[in-house]
Amino acid sequence: MGFYTTSTPRRIAAIALLAVLVGLPWMLQAIDQSFYVSLASRMLIFALAATSLNLVIGFGGMVSFGHAAYFGIGAYCVAILAEGGIVSAAYAWPVAIAVAALLALFIGILSLRTRGVYFIMITLAFAQMVFYLVVSLKTWGGDDGLSLGHRSSFGAFDLKDDTTFYFVVLALLAFVLMALDRVAHSRFGRVIQSIRENETRMEALGYPVFSYKLVCFVIGGALAGLAGALLVNQTGLASPNLLHWMQSGTLMVMIVIGGVGSVMGGVVGAVLLMSCEEAFVEISPHWQIGLGLVLLAVVLWAPLGIAGLVGWGRERE
Amino acid sequence: MSERTNDSAATLLEVRAVSKHFGGIYALNAASLAIRADEVHALIGPNGAGKTTLIHALSGALALDAGQVVFAGDDLIGRPMHERVALGLARSYQITNVFSRLSVLDNVTIAVQGRVRDWGSSFSFWKPFALDSAIIDEAHALLAEVSLGDFAMRRAAQLSHGQQRCLEVALALATRPKLVLLDEPMAGMGPDESARMVDLIESLRGSVTMLLVEHDMDAVFRLADRISVMVAGRVIASDEPDVIRADPEVRRAYLGDEI
Repeated sequence: MGFYTTSTPRRIAAIALLAVLVGLPWMLQAIDQSFYVSLASRMLIFALAATSLNLVIGFGGMVSFGHAAYFGIGAYCVAILAEGGIVSAAYAWPVAIAVAALLALFIGILSLRTRGVYFIMITLAFAQMVFYLVVSLKTWGGDDGLSLGHRSSFGAFDLKDDTTFYFVVLALLAFVLMALDRVAHSRFGRVIQSIRENETRMEALGYPVFSYKLVCFVIGGALAGLAGALLVNQTGLASPNLLHWMQSGTLMVMIVIGGVGSVMGGVVGAVLLMSCEEAFVEISPHWQIGLGLVLLAVVLWAPLGIAGLVGWGRERE
Repeated sequence: MSERTNDSAATLLEVRAVSKHFGGIYALNAASLAIRADEVHALIGPNGAGKTTLIHALSGALALDAGQVVFAGDDLIGRPMHERVALGLARSYQITNVFSRLSVLDNVTIAVQGRVRDWGSSFSFWKPFALDSAIIDEAHALLAEVSLGDFAMRRAAQLSHGQQRCLEVALALATRPKLVLLDEPMAGMGPDESARMVDLIESLRGSVTMLLVEHDMDAVFRLADRISVMVAGRVIASDEPDVIRADPEVRRAYLGDEI
């Protein structure tokens, strides 16, 4: 396993995938299924959210079970600002990122003092507190959530157009993935991966482990906030369900299926999971039983996830 | 233990009456110890005497209940582990504690990279580490020093026990310490491997001060400039090997007829 490394074939595969995704709207148009552009945007937004969690769990080794809090708070920020008349993405999205980062800073400072199961539980508890807080605030729509009248304005781009919105999402995701790949190979990336491998030893080597973990945790939260800001634009609704622990669980399942500690893991997992959902939900409302079996198979036979299976994961043993 | 500090050698680490109790049991009971710069100082004593507890306390893994620890003029009490390492105090572990899933080279590069005073902090997010050739070169040199040069690309878990013990020491040395605490470096080693570890420690003499906790008495008496004997949480004697060997109290408490 060891450190994440990107070989040339992996880079080529990633660029090929990007090319396909860039061409997707035209392909869908050609087969007269443009409706799916919106679904594709949704998948890429979840891919971004899962990637942000993968930074925290897969690279940093911090099994956070409250990632939905940052995702959801990002969505709410954009919706709340829109209520107040601020619809420009240039203001609303950075605010969503900053608020999610601050929330992650606060939760991180308190919860990173614990380890293992305690860390899982305390991050879950904080996220649920945020969930109940939002549900109880009637000004923010309570149970019903807060709807977003229209999409954020984004300079010359018209985000109301599904295809334009799709390209904005794709560009942001591509940038984040490239940045994550870069970070994974940087000194910081090596430090957080080494902390994942052996935290006590890192302390004994003179690393202020807490600071490195906190920075990693906050970056993960900030990126989840960006994903939330995008999602509320896609769905038009900031729903409390985005903050619910099941959302945290879904993001976790995505990275486990896709590949923990691999740059593309979140993307692979999100696309696979949501495709399965889309395809199987028609067949049976109990499609998640099938998902359970897939998850079991991945954990047993492909611990590095599907990305690992196709050579996109961490180095194998 | 200040009876001999008038020598030219300066005291690097001064441990004054440190205590640590777990419930009603005193693992350390007003233990005192002085280590001089550049010496190999062995710490011996029966199991449960508090040797490893002392190592944990000195490295910062364990908080002391009482006493003082002064290292190169700095008071260590209350300082977190990473600050102590930055001051030049490193340790190895009794039970091998390396990055078993990383390559041997990555083990050492991450250890070298930690020296903030030489490379700055590791809050560097964009520049590829592969360009930090000074760190990588130093790691290779260090691996050659501990005879692991041919195994740089091997995963640490694939090394033999003896090689892992050498890697363990290399990680501590990579921090460029003034004082390294070696907690039973020969633990679980066969005679050949032990001999190699003795050679390694011998080769380090003079470049780094060492506190050596060890049960292998042959190794201890071969390597140590001075020896401290711990019994029941106290240091009962601290002197040159010949004096320790002849000390009746030490013989009664620990050495018996081992020597």
